[in-house]
Amino acid sequence: MISFKEVYKTYENGTKAIRGINLDIEDGEFVFLVGPSGSGKSTLIKLITGEICATSGTVEVNGYDMTYIKRRQMPKLRRTLGVVFQDFRLIDKKTVTENVAFAMRVVGAPSKDVKERVAYVLELVGLTDHADSYPLELSGGEQQRVAIARALVNNPSVIIADEPTGNIDPARSLEIMRLLEQINELGTTVLVVTHEKELVNRFAKRVVVIDSGRLVGDGVSGYYNYEE
Amino acid sequence: MKSNSFLYFIKEGVTSVFSHGFMSVATIAIMMACLFMMGGFTLLSANIQEMIASLESQNQVVAFVDDSLTDEEARSLSAKIEAIENVDTVEFVSREQAMNKFLKKYQDNTLFSDIDATVFRHRYVITMDDIEGMEKLQTDLYRVPGIATVNAHLEISRGFVTMRNIVTVVSIVLTAVLLVISIFIMANTIKLTSFSRREEIGVMKMVGATNSFIRWPFVIEGLFLGVIGSALAYLLTWGVYEILYTRANGTVTFAFVNLVPFSKYAVPLLIGYGAVGVLVGVIASSTAIKNYLKI
Repeated sequence: MISFKEVYKTYENGTKAIRGINLDIEDGEFVFLVGPSGSGKSTLIKLITGEICATSGTVEVNGYDMTYIKRRQMPKLRRTLGVVFQDFRLIDKKTVTENVAFAMRVVGAPSKDVKERVAYVLELVGLTDHADSYPLELSGGEQQRVAIARALVNNPSVIIADEPTGNIDPARSLEIMRLLEQINELGTTVLVVTHEKELVNRFAKRVVVIDSGRLVGDGVSGYYNYEE
Repeated sequence: MKSNSFLYFIKEGVTSVFSHGFMSVATIAIMMACLFMMGGFTLLSANIQEMIASLESQNQVVAFVDDSLTDEEARSLSAKIEAIENVDTVEFVSREQAMNKFLKKYQDNTLFSDIDATVFRHRYVITMDDIEGMEKLQTDLYRVPGIATVNAHLEISRGFVTMRNIVTVVSIVLTAVLLVISIFIMANTIKLTSFSRREEIGVMKMVGATNSFIRWPFVIEGLFLGVIGSALAYLLTWGVYEILYTRANGTVTFAFVNLVPFSKYAVPLLIGYGAVGVLVGVIASSTAIKNYLKI
């Protein structure tokens, strides 16, 4: 579960990125986080992943109070999260299998488990045939599916996708969203940050809208009529 | 540490050395150059110290025996002198031996042809363990009953001590400076390789890798580069020193220079190079990725 209570975030340069946000995301939910550029979406994600700390208020992620979380607890928290980036962030010198396995190896998983789990997630994202390919040999959509497989491989309870369709064409974007929806149906909480209104409105999911660091909307799809 | 993790670190560390070929070669070359300079300077300083020690051993103190003592009494002082601290060797020179030595030195001078042995005193020629204690030895010798006067070239001893101290301080400072420079250059070279991998480190952090798990492959990479660099530097130092040794000991031009054979320093130098290689490699790689671990 993710919970924000009266959260404010002001950066050192004085920018007020988040201004009094209250938000709860329950386990197993699928949530779109939308808003224009500079609205505070990325800051909100960084508060969840522990890259930054709130100036005031309480952020709670999967049972960890992010204000008081200890440095040595951070890896444990992050193992409960799977992050998908807009620019994929794959390692070019590693194959698809190695890129996915890498995420398991760095948390010290045994080789046998790595083999089994990687094969499972590659099948789930439909990349079994590209297991030995290198990222640069794949299309944007396929690369993003590798990134999703990597985010998924440690069996996190939450997947956070930051603009996952920002670098791919519309047809592939829909595929990626369907894949995330499928992952959500398996019980994983999914939080998708995007500003692609049409894509959001094709799914009947909860939409949280923020602007200028404030929560300006929270409801089901179709509700996203907010004008940028 | 689990065994599969350990194998993973080794594999990642070693693979990284080869996958970043150019940077690895650059790091090894820099390491080699720095260690070669450090080793070269250490050998130079060791040879200077050796030369000073050799000159020191030739520096003697002469204690003259009081004329009032009989020959037997004069000879009996030997035990008392040997008991003095810092005394290495003691040689009794009778007045007859002293006269013969004097005459031999001035054999072409007719002025001394009819000189009498009573003009000379019995004496002791003493060498010391440490030239720095010459002044104290002189004082101690004066305290021995029967010793009339002591000849000690204190200004020469002070000169040697000053020279030895300067060489020691300069070698320590230069070695330390070169060590810091090596760490700095190595850290920056490894930082360049890790800069291209900052995203990789970022992903590792995001999936929940601990800092130590991320750091280990880099440390092993640094260690590997450090060991290769130091091994090559050792071979280079050995080769160059052997060439200099052969030239210095085989020509008249360098007859005054008596280099110590490399074998005398081979083991300590090997240990020193290995230790510096490992130390610099580990410190440099740990420092290089420190900033990327703060996410």
